Amino acid sequence: MNDSKILGYQPGNSFIHALNATTKMIFLILVSIACMVTYDTRFLIAICILSLILLKVAGIKWKQVSFIVKFIIVFAIINIIAVFIFQPTYGEILYHSKTVLINAGYFTLTAQELFYLFNVILKYICSIPLVLLFLLTTNPSQFAASLNKIGVSYKVAYAVSLALRYIPNIQESYWSISAAQQARGNELSKKASLGKRIHGILNIVTPLIFSSLDRIDTISTAMQLRRFGSKKKRTWYVAENFNLADYLVTTLAFILVLVVILLFKVNSGRFYNPFV
Amino acid sequence: MTEPIIEFKDFSFKYNSQAEPTLKNINLKINKGEKILLAGPSGSGKSTIGRCLNGLIPNIYQGEVKGKCLVNGKDITSTSLFDFSFTTSTILQDADSQFIGLTVGEDIAFALENDCQPKDKMHQTVNQWADELKIKELLTQSPQSLSGGQKQIVALAGVLVDESPILLFDEPLANLDPASGLKTMAIIDKIQKELNATVIIIEHRVEEVLSQPIDRIILVNEGTIVADQPTNQLLHSHTLEKIGVREPLYLKALTAADVNLSSIKEVDQISTLPVSEKISDKLAAWTKQAKITKKEADNLPLLKLDHVGYQYSKNQPYPLKDVSTTINQGDFISIVGQNGAGKTTLCRTICGFISNEGKITLKDQNLSDLSIKERAEKIGYVMQDPNQMISQKMIFDEIALGLRLRNVDEETIKQKVDQTLKICGLYPFRHWPISALSFGQKKRVTIAAILVLEPEIIILDEPTAGQDWKTYTEIMSFLKHLNTIGKTIIIITHDMHLMLEYTSRSLAFAKGKLIADTTPIELLTNQALIKEASLKRTSLYDLAKHYNLPDPNKFVQAYINFEQQN
Amino acid sequence: MNNQKGLSVKSVVAIGIGAAIYVILARFTSIPTGIPNTNIEIVYPFLALLATIYGPVVGFSVGFIGHALSDFLMYGQTWWSWVLATAVLGLIIGLYGMRLDLENGVFTTKQMIGFNIVQIIANVVSWLIIAPVGDILIYSEPQNKVFLQGATATITNSISILILGTILLKAYAATKVKKGSLRRD
Ligand SMILES: Nc1ncnc2c1ncn2[C@@H]1O[C@H](COP(=O)(O)OP(=O)(O)OP(=O)(O)O)[C@@H](O)[C@H]1O
Ligand SMILES: Nc1ncnc2c1ncn2[C@@H]1O[C@H](COP(=O)(O)OP(=O)(O)OP(=O)(O)O)[C@@H](O)[C@H]1O
Ligand SMILES: [Mg+2]
Ligand SMILES: [Mg+2]
Repeated sequence: MNDSKILGYQPGNSFIHALNATTKMIFLILVSIACMVTYDTRFLIAICILSLILLKVAGIKWKQVSFIVKFIIVFAIINIIAVFIFQPTYGEILYHSKTVLINAGYFTLTAQELFYLFNVILKYICSIPLVLLFLLTTNPSQFAASLNKIGVSYKVAYAVSLALRYIPNIQESYWSISAAQQARGNELSKKASLGKRIHGILNIVTPLIFSSLDRIDTISTAMQLRRFGSKKKRTWYVAENFNLADYLVTTLAFILVLVVILLFKVNSGRFYNPFV
Repeated sequence: MTEPIIEFKDFSFKYNSQAEPTLKNINLKINKGEKILLAGPSGSGKSTIGRCLNGLIPNIYQGEVKGKCLVNGKDITSTSLFDFSFTTSTILQDADSQFIGLTVGEDIAFALENDCQPKDKMHQTVNQWADELKIKELLTQSPQSLSGGQKQIVALAGVLVDESPILLFDEPLANLDPASGLKTMAIIDKIQKELNATVIIIEHRVEEVLSQPIDRIILVNEGTIVADQPTNQLLHSHTLEKIGVREPLYLKALTAADVNLSSIKEVDQISTLPVSEKISDKLAAWTKQAKITKKEADNLPLLKLDHVGYQYSKNQPYPLKDVSTTINQGDFISIVGQNGAGKTTLCRTICGFISNEGKITLKDQNLSDLSIKERAEKIGYVMQDPNQMISQKMIFDEIALGLRLRNVDEETIKQKVDQTLKICGLYPFRHWPISALSFGQKKRVTIAAILVLEPEIIILDEPTAGQDWKTYTEIMSFLKHLNTIGKTIIIITHDMHLMLEYTSRSLAFAKGKLIADTTPIELLTNQALIKEASLKRTSLYDLAKHYNLPDPNKFVQAYINFEQQN
Repeated sequence: MNNQKGLSVKSVVAIGIGAAIYVILARFTSIPTGIPNTNIEIVYPFLALLATIYGPVVGFSVGFIGHALSDFLMYGQTWWSWVLATAVLGLIIGLYGMRLDLENGVFTTKQMIGFNIVQIIANVVSWLIIAPVGDILIYSEPQNKVFLQGATATITNSISILILGTILLKAYAATKVKKGSLRRD
């Protein structure tokens, strides 16, 4: 209804849309773990470029992700500044050397600190395109089916898919409760004062929470009426088969993990150190 | 054929929160393969009986059980919900809360998934039912993006794939357009024959249910069974109206024209009524004596729609488009048309819940300058789904909410709320939480919540769906009263008789377009429009045809006048 | 109903819908405090309510799934250490919640105090231990930064649960209708 500003599945027919959800998830998990573990700048840059290309391939428009990217940039900058303020010497300690760029007492900026901060930013952003890609191209039910396939119990998988399915739903309830409240005289638009608006929000949140608790009851009733949870297994209407492309992509993910392990050996640790 | 599949023996049930039992001493036997209509006023306990048949009582709704209830040989107090799920398939009254799947297709397949059916077989079954119910193009939509009527048909499909021995439908027709209503009844009939299933239909729209043969009608009132008779026998006894349920219209017309019904054996379908000169003459004479009065409204433009439209998503097949019309001060308008035509969408745009293409002006003021709240001061809207409106826990607070937000003093609030509660038949329940109400009662709470505000324009989205005839009449007469004192009223409805009896102007929609703006009677004499907008002539018209009256429309008009004068 | 193995259907639904509400509340109802990444959230009081009603497993899972999803959907990535911290918060409150009887409308002053002591302990464990330690281990961030963030979170979240959480629990207990109390008049 209102512009939602929350990411969700967008149907499409690119190569990436056609991949099995299990494949995409394995790829996402392995590569993000790899990115989380390593501080090797070269690897991080490579992943960054790869995932940007993938975004392009999937035909995702700037418009679809612009708000989130702006959000992330602001967030990353604030965080970087905070990291710097708290310990400007952290880079020196990590890289065992000190090359002063700007001398400013406590806030002395060294090349090592700058390089460290650059790595932190890279880490923040390199997996983001992958996550966006996953969220935008994966149908939540297929996601549940694939969670189940990689060994998560189907009940937990179903809980996750229920969550994804109900987010737009609850968001809609949020707006419709809000509209219904306004329709009876609760002013929430920009014309009201801030205090009134906060009070108004509370007026929406409480019924939203309580009505959603009721919804838990009705939905679990409806699910039991249709035999959910009666067997140890269940099948999925939306399950897909594994194709050649899926095997290739999965293999690529494992190769990337191997690369990270190798880099550990090469760098003798998490950090790639160009200063020695 | 004669072994009972459902048996109630001196059965009583009291919900935990209630002081009095809701079902009192029920004795009832239903045999395998029977087709039963369960009718009764709103709040009489029909859904409660249904909840015993699918195990929700006592597994989910806890309370005190006395006596015995056996379903398929199993005692309900010692059977799990899971065991019941093989015996009884249910369409809950609140179809909206029944959806689980992300898309319509998945939702229909949900029970099959849980039975571990292979994927190909599921797709085949789902496609087959989607074809049968003509919802193929909805399969990839999310259930939340469906119109009220589409939701009901999808819920129906989700139950039919199950092929259980007992099929329970709790008001399957409430939100369906007349044409889909008839089609649904035909499908239910077909399934029942194919599976030899036991079918129990809970409905207020008795006439539509009777479009297909029904073995027995069971009437419930205040938690007791007041009648349990074969269809024709019951129709002869006139008990329906005594407890506030509407009789089929054609029967009322025949009675009004002084035709002796007891001399006719089969009265459950018009087509089987005996064609006799005597009855025809009586009907013709009765038509002649009726004085037809017409009132002319003075046309003071109030709400102007100029090329109004709305599209939910780029690939929506029939978005609302190019609606232009003027609504005058003091109009009493009905909006009719097929399920999914865009009726609810139009109201949402008028109230500002969604932004629209085109321009809407109220007395020369452009509505896009006003917030939802400011619009709401002039336009009150009762939504189709009561769950979307209710935000308070207690009935009184829900109805008082609007007044409180307008800073009316408590004294006045109490007086106004009490008065409105009486009109909507809710006064005895005023201290109750809304969760302890039946579905029809809940809907009335939302009607009351808007009526109490007395806005200049009142829009009601299917206000009489799921209401019994008595409360329906009370609400409608109150609206009529509001109309005579100058309020403008717009009703979305699938009830053709309501449209004829109460409204003076009809807007008909089909596939997102306004296809007609005329008087109700003219709308229903145009066969092309009827077809396009999925409407249906009333049974009065069919009756007149059946007896070869020279002017069936005049007969219909005569009957409406007759009802208005009573 | 209770004879099934593993999660009950109700818990599955409570986790799913609870996580969905978590995401919406996190997105639309947080009030910034002025310190980076630190807001007064209505989600934590909500999590406390849910954990109290449905128990530790649901509390843990809603915290975990809800927080992870809302991070992913809003920032495109997630901070696993904070996700785990939220989950543990739900777990601890849920463990205590098993001793309460909100379903029957009971929430005495003594229970109210007990609830708040437990929630403060839970907040300390989550934000002052799990989240910062995780940040250091996974993300190699400076210690004093993460501990200051942890301390702020402990304080703001304890206060929001103290006020809003208590109100929610009380309100929930009040919505439960007393047995045999409804009659027409
Ligand atoms: N969950 C509940 N808890 C307490 N009381 C209830 C509950 N559900 C229904 N009742 C009470 O039981 C009575 C019968 O309700 P029921 O839903 O069976 O009515 P109904 O005949 O189906 O009405 P309608 O046509 O409006 O759906 C109502 O008066 C209602 O107050
Ligand atoms: N929230 C929504 N998101 C997307 N599409 C929607 C949404 N609500 C309705 N639609 C679509 O818009 C069309 C018009 O729906 P609307 O609810 O206005 O129909 P209606 O005329 O009120 O039907 P009914 O008589 O069944 O209530 C339908 O085809 C429906 O699928
Ligand atoms: Mg009912
Ligand atoms: Mg509608």
